[in-house]
Amino acid sequence: MEWQIFEQYGPMLLRGFGVTVLCWLLGTVFSMALGLVIALIQRYAPAPLRWLIQIYIEIIRGTPFLVQLFVLYYGGPLIGLRLDALPAGILGLTVYGSPYFAEIFRSGFRAVPLGQIEAARAIGMSEPTIIRRILLPLGLVSALPALINFSIILTKETVILSIITVPELMYQVNRMSTETFRYLEANLVLALFFWLLVETISRVGRRLESRVTRHLLERP
Amino acid sequence: MFSVSTFLDSFAPLAMAARYTLLVSGLGIALGLVIGALICAARMSSNPVLRGFGGLWVSFLRGVPLLVQLLLMYYLLPVIGVNVPAIAAAVISVGICASAYISEIWRGAIAALPKGQTEAAQAIGMAPTTVWTRVILPQAVVMSLPALVNELILLVKASSLVSIVGIMEITRASQAQAATTFRPMEVYLAAACIYLAINLTLAAIGRYLENRMAV
Repeated sequence: MEWQIFEQYGPMLLRGFGVTVLCWLLGTVFSMALGLVIALIQRYAPAPLRWLIQIYIEIIRGTPFLVQLFVLYYGGPLIGLRLDALPAGILGLTVYGSPYFAEIFRSGFRAVPLGQIEAARAIGMSEPTIIRRILLPLGLVSALPALINFSIILTKETVILSIITVPELMYQVNRMSTETFRYLEANLVLALFFWLLVETISRVGRRLESRVTRHLLERP
Repeated sequence: MFSVSTFLDSFAPLAMAARYTLLVSGLGIALGLVIGALICAARMSSNPVLRGFGGLWVSFLRGVPLLVQLLLMYYLLPVIGVNVPAIAAAVISVGICASAYISEIWRGAIAALPKGQTEAAQAIGMAPTTVWTRVILPQAVVMSLPALVNELILLVKASSLVSIVGIMEITRASQAQAATTFRPMEVYLAAACIYLAINLTLAAIGRYLENRMAV
């Protein structure tokens, strides 16, 4: 084991870690937003549109993320979609994550008691107001644990972006290990980095969960 | 433009490569089931050292990307003097990663069993081992089936990562195919179709088992 290499490569690794966190944050936010839109379409749109969305969900969930990235990054230019690695990676994460988030939102919405929505209709709330005031606040609370869980899964998917040359942590670690031939140390450090990141996010997630469900517990 | 003939021609070589995808994910889940059972037992045991070890195992393997685990295994084994072919390193790391998720699935299934069943079994004088083999395990296995099929589908997709250590499975074969034909779009779409076919089949089997074994 040789640890001196980290003095030289430390800044590069930190930069890579920054890109990893960036990809994860943007990918999570965008795919969550797209997932929410998909879930709402599935709830309100007419049947043909719902079927199209269902086909999209099945295709994305049935194929590996790596293959999706290859189609996007190497196949994209053939149909005029020319992207740099970083935007392609973030777009890839967005597309990959959206159906999973959509399903999470869908089951979150299903957990909202029907009586609440009927009551809102009965007092004359418009459908958009019902979404904003009833469906989203109640549905999001029950979907939160699953949302956090999938966000954590997405942190780990970011390493796959290194294969299409996004300069995130894995890519920098690969560069370091091919230049120094210290494969084991490099990958060990990578593992520790991710373990720390995931543990941190899941701790923050648990705090957030107990915060938003506080009102359920604090009844006398 | 889109070349239909390249798309169709890609299927034969990729379908051959699918053997390795199935091999890695099949052996991976088998290994995962065995280690997962042991880890589940460790986490539910009364020994705090075993419990701590099980917790650490699950937290580490669920907190580190599979790609990283794969490379660690690939480079670690030769350092500690074990020389195995890449395919063995791939199967072992996929299996170990799956074991963490499978142990949690089983722990959840066992915890979901009504406590009254165990108590009733004890009350009629069943030995602790009999309670496990006749009451708890049969029901827990049935309950965990849908989640296990789900895990197998995830493994089929995760097996695309072992392409990075040189296993000629679907993804690696399509990379080679794309490099020789200069038509990545057609080849990767063909690969996506094969994965989709495998996973939809598995999902159908999962639904069948779920309906048949419904408790």
